Amino acid sequence: MRFFQNANYPFLQWRKRAYLITAAMLLVGIGSMIYHSARGEGWLHYGVDFTGGTVVQVSFTHPVTAEQVRAAAGHSDWEITRFGSGNDYVVRTPRFGQEAGQDAQSRVRQALSSRFREVVRGRPGGDFSIARTEAVGPKAGSELEQRALIAILLSFAAILGYLAIRFEWRFATAAVIATMHDVLVTLGFLAVTRTEISLGTVAAVLTVLGYSMHDTIIVFDRVREDLAKPRHGRTFVDILNKAINETLPRTLLTVATVMATLVSLLLFGGPVIFGFTLVLVLGIAIGTFSSIFVASPVLYEIERRFPRAEKREQAVRSSSAQRSKLARPAAEVRSR
Amino acid sequence: MFQNLKVRLGLIALLTLASIAVLVANYNRKDAKGEKFRQIVTLGLDLQGGAHYAMEIDESKAALSDKERADAIDRALKVVRLRVDELGVSEPVVQKSGSDRIIVELAGQQDQSRAKEVLQKSAFLEFQIVHDYGDLQAVMPRMEQAIAAAFPNEAKPAAGAPSTTSPGGLLQTKQDSARRDSAGTRTDTAAAAAAAKPFESKIAGQGPGGQLLVANADTPAVRRYLELPGVRALLPRGTQFLWGVPAVEEQRGFSSLWFVDSQPMMTGESLQNAQATTDQFNRPIVTFELSRRAGRRFEKATGDHLGDKMAIVLDDRVFTAPVINGAINTRGQIELGKATMEDASELALVLRAGALPAPLHIVEERSVGPSLGSDSIDKGKIAGIVGIGLVVLMMIGIYHFSGALAVAALVIYVILSLGMLAALRATLTFPGIAGLILSVGMAVDANVLIFERIREELDRGRSVRAAVNEGFHHALRAIVDSNVSTLITCAILFYTGTGPIRGFAVTLAVGVVSSFFTAVFTTRTLMSLYLERRKSVQSLSI
Repeated sequence: MRFFQNANYPFLQWRKRAYLITAAMLLVGIGSMIYHSARGEGWLHYGVDFTGGTVVQVSFTHPVTAEQVRAAAGHSDWEITRFGSGNDYVVRTPRFGQEAGQDAQSRVRQALSSRFREVVRGRPGGDFSIARTEAVGPKAGSELEQRALIAILLSFAAILGYLAIRFEWRFATAAVIATMHDVLVTLGFLAVTRTEISLGTVAAVLTVLGYSMHDTIIVFDRVREDLAKPRHGRTFVDILNKAINETLPRTLLTVATVMATLVSLLLFGGPVIFGFTLVLVLGIAIGTFSSIFVASPVLYEIERRFPRAEKREQAVRSSSAQRSKLARPAAEVRSR
Repeated sequence: MFQNLKVRLGLIALLTLASIAVLVANYNRKDAKGEKFRQIVTLGLDLQGGAHYAMEIDESKAALSDKERADAIDRALKVVRLRVDELGVSEPVVQKSGSDRIIVELAGQQDQSRAKEVLQKSAFLEFQIVHDYGDLQAVMPRMEQAIAAAFPNEAKPAAGAPSTTSPGGLLQTKQDSARRDSAGTRTDTAAAAAAAKPFESKIAGQGPGGQLLVANADTPAVRRYLELPGVRALLPRGTQFLWGVPAVEEQRGFSSLWFVDSQPMMTGESLQNAQATTDQFNRPIVTFELSRRAGRRFEKATGDHLGDKMAIVLDDRVFTAPVINGAINTRGQIELGKATMEDASELALVLRAGALPAPLHIVEERSVGPSLGSDSIDKGKIAGIVGIGLVVLMMIGIYHFSGALAVAALVIYVILSLGMLAALRATLTFPGIAGLILSVGMAVDANVLIFERIREELDRGRSVRAAVNEGFHHALRAIVDSNVSTLITCAILFYTGTGPIRGFAVTLAVGVVSSFFTAVFTTRTLMSLYLERRKSVQSLSI
């Protein structure tokens, strides 16, 4: 079975439309970040992993309403939300650590015990059990944000260096810009939906970063290969379009297989993994979009502003500059 | 290199078998209790259930130099290890993270409070003089007033609670009666008295060490009372209330409340050694040794308090309170009376553990109940099987025979990456699964890349053999570049990241390395084998 065989879409000619889409996505995302940080809510909705505090997940053995749980908890500063589709609730408190000699988990346990009975092993009955506790001190939380940021920036720098050596700085810059675009759009989505940012989200964003970089490198590899061949009058745009079209079957097939895995995780993976998988699905879709509509156009724009000045080229250009300038736009003069 | 097909096949078989051997060995590995491990790859706490703690030295009381901090962390590490072993958890992890943090991971640990207690035991030791409860009589009426004013409802506990109607009403009354039974001491007359004296009504009696006994059911209330700023202000200057350590409570169902000097006579910092031994009558005792400077101060302090009780306080919890029988200089001993040798070594350990210059604090705590963990695993398995099934169907549907070869390579990939994870003793965590998904994607992608290239070459009219060679040759560069970039990211994540991010980096790196090996080397070998068998192959099912 084959599809998109000998595809020949003028992707680069569509770049203006792609820029519009990208700009719209970035504008909405960054706008939402600014809006929320102006309102003092934080540019992203950080979970306890970042802000510090305690999350206690409580599993009930029978259906209960949020009001019942709230009434039992009694504390007004506890945020109580339903978790997943079962009888699980999540209690969030901004506090961390010991208070009156008791930690948050025991406080939740004690508060709920006023109305419900805890499940005790070896004793029948019981209404609830503590399924999960996450308590993070404020210091550990703020450290995480810093380290995640450093990690992302450092890996951009390192990849920039590596690709500059293996390809060339123009390719490296374009690949890193495309990947930054994906990370930004993904973060923008998280900002708009106010999705809680946890450690899992960080891992998902890092995965998106890796995938997007990978996808872009595959396309650029074709461009690199084609640039080494005689041009026969083909423009840089032609080469970029050809590379994208040639890799199109593989781009789509790979995205399809990865999406198949992710969708099955979404459907069967349960609530714990749901948010995480959703970020991956979205990020990988964006990564695929950007490897076609962002990376190559950006490479083209860089190429146009900083044309490569190779010795051979200069020789050719000096003899045919006049004629070429008339014949084609400036950006597409370079022939080997 | 590796031109010989047999050598290549042999290498693949060897690596696969080695991985399987590692996995089987891991599965059959026995823990300290002699139980089989039953996991081919160590699952992270988020998947199998358990508790994770990060602890730091609290420097709010005393700033430490780098050297002191390093020493303190090392000592704390030793003590925490010793402590954790007592919990009887199989394969506990106690390790240093960075220069100032200790990570403790207890797989399958369910009893959170006990684990935390044990961990925090290795903290701050102080010797504090025990005051007589009588010293409080002067302020008691005003204290009771303050409490009654702050908690008007709790002064009459029996009347207040059940009157509230709620959906859980039946349950609640049942529980309330149960609580009243357990409290025992609270009768109707006591309830009446409680209205006037909320604090004293909750004191069940006085223990042999001078501590106040509070029924466990009443401890939350008493805790709240003592937290009141108004009550705190009323306490005589330089005194405080401390709770006893639950594990050493002599009377079941009751907690001890100690009224002590807030200024310690001595802290664990001055303690140089503590050992459990026996005296001439073969009774267990604990001997301890102080630094010379501390000894001089301690001699004066103990001389002033002859006959008083000295509470041994660890982490603001009173462990025990022996009577001071004489002035102690640098060498002292604690007689334990009826206690066993075990109690003595426990106390000695407490003393030694307290010989840290600053207390340890838990800065991060994560725990996952075993049911949630196993639920995650079950769901992950279903999702994984469905996902991989879809990938297999797609590969075979699109690339037919070659796709089947790629699937075979994918199977080897799974075995190899799991084997590598097991061999590295890496744990598979939740973010790690993300890393695996990405690397499966990359493994499949490498094959797709190669096959698409072969198709292109076949389209250009090349012979099957040439097309296969060209396909692998050309795709290789892109695969190498993208894999190396990913490995660079992994390395950076590993060095800058903390626990879970590191897990992600390790899994991804392992996945990338094995996917490179299987997609490029294994698929190619299998394909060459196929072409070798049919010398005059005209077409390739791709």
